[in-house]
Amino acid sequence: MKITEETVDHIAHLARLEFIGDKKQAIQQDMEMILTFMEKLNEVDTEAIEPLIFMNTEVNKLREDIAIETISQEEGLRNAPKKDSDYFRIPKVLDK
Amino acid sequence: MYKSFAEVKTALASGSSVLEIVESYLTKINQHAHLNAYLEVFEQSAKENALRVDEKIKKGTAGRLAGMVIGLKDNLAYKNHKVSAASKILEGFESIYTATAVQRLIDEDAIIIGRLNCDEFAMGSSNENSAFGPVKNHLNTNCVPGGSSGGSAVATGANLCTASLGSDTGGSIRQPASFTGTYGLKPTYGRISRYGLIAYASSFDQIGPITNTLEDAALLLEIMAGDDEYDATVSSKKVANYSAFDTVKPLRIAVISEALYAEGIDPEVSAKMEAVIASLKKAGNTVENVSFPYMDFIVPTYYVLSTAEASSNLSRFDGVHFGHRSQNAQGVEATYKKSRSEGFGPEVQRRIMAGTFVLSHGYYDAYYTKGQKVRRILQNKTNAIFKQFDLILLPTTPSTAFELNAVKDPINMYLQDIFTVHANLTGNPAISLPLGRHSNGMPFGVQVMANHFDEKQLFNFSHYLENL
Repeated sequence: MKITEETVDHIAHLARLEFIGDKKQAIQQDMEMILTFMEKLNEVDTEAIEPLIFMNTEVNKLREDIAIETISQEEGLRNAPKKDSDYFRIPKVLDK
Repeated sequence: MYKSFAEVKTALASGSSVLEIVESYLTKINQHAHLNAYLEVFEQSAKENALRVDEKIKKGTAGRLAGMVIGLKDNLAYKNHKVSAASKILEGFESIYTATAVQRLIDEDAIIIGRLNCDEFAMGSSNENSAFGPVKNHLNTNCVPGGSSGGSAVATGANLCTASLGSDTGGSIRQPASFTGTYGLKPTYGRISRYGLIAYASSFDQIGPITNTLEDAALLLEIMAGDDEYDATVSSKKVANYSAFDTVKPLRIAVISEALYAEGIDPEVSAKMEAVIASLKKAGNTVENVSFPYMDFIVPTYYVLSTAEASSNLSRFDGVHFGHRSQNAQGVEATYKKSRSEGFGPEVQRRIMAGTFVLSHGYYDAYYTKGQKVRRILQNKTNAIFKQFDLILLPTTPSTAFELNAVKDPINMYLQDIFTVHANLTGNPAISLPLGRHSNGMPFGVQVMANHFDEKQLFNFSHYLENL
């Protein structure tokens, strides 16, 4: 699979990553190599084969919907890169 | 030095305290800091817990793992302790709960001594992808320990803990076990709860033990396995007493010819496999070659599906609620992009990009659905083998541990997992037994795979095989 620079930009945007300069060239080459490797699968006849989606064979386990506090607000905020006493702080969404 | 839980128990019986045992491990860890196996030693909490367990021993209320000292791969949550998945994006992160598997060990009075280096987000086969430097193989420090649970394998092999936990998505427990002369078990998909394991590829990931004895691996599985209300994918099937090894009657064992005679396999690895086969036959077992004509498709299928799942799982690392946030970004979108690009290492970014591509509009069916279809074929074929045979025997790795920086091309690195990925794709349990010794002085594993949830047979047979 030939990967263009536009494809790299598009996929990088979807993945919320950015590649600049040499790094963009490198990821372009790596993606071509990895996708070509994956294309080996085209040699397998999968006509009439159902995709295997779930690895566990057991049926859904249902439980009562009971409200329990598993994590306190303080614990929830503990690892925030930026916070105040009650909230996560995020960068400005709108610039004035 | 305590190589196994049996040795720990002997020391306890002859008057040693758990605190003394923990202290002797702490000394040993310090002496082996150059291996870079531990990212952090939980010295204070380990000593406090040791005192607590000593009290319980005195009162006669201690659990089944009293005195066992365990290291955790750095992707398992342990409340109020750091966990980073060996990534800069989680540097400084502290767990706010404990993984179920870890909690079950603590409930039986095991001591958690530290967190162990690994490939970033468990992505790698040599432990060279850690953001905190590679782990060195204690048997030859020029060599890699394997990956991604390289720190876990070296810590166990070098006796820097009694046993360790790893996680196995494509071979990340068994391959480093093979390279370090230890036992590494990947249980059946769904046998152990993954609550508290930092997710890489959720339809593959399993937690498992790395140990110096088969007994310890069986005991740890027995304690960790079973239903858990915090993991919807865990099985509620009954947990057997794996650690009580039963005698086996003659078994039917399949050998995958394409693996045994694979291109690039070290002749001494094949020779060992043939010797094992010969002794099994001599002892009255049926051993037959079977064809598995999908060897070349195993690793590509794995990479289509695991990168897709990784791209989805790792979308939670966005610099908002936890983890690294870029100081160089303005606005929300730039914060996501810069935080992620600064925080993730190159291999993680490669896999996120490949995974995002195979899930993207226009390519989803050609890559992702195709991968799921091939996975079905692989599972059907494997199930068919288990209709005729009790177990499958194959090498764990094509060779012994390679040198640091020796494998540079990503595809060559991916192919290191050729014999281990099979069990992850099909969900079967598999163990690497340290039965091989190469003329270069390094160990290598013999791998046994069993039918789904047949860990009992896997252990019984492994016990029989190593005493044959």
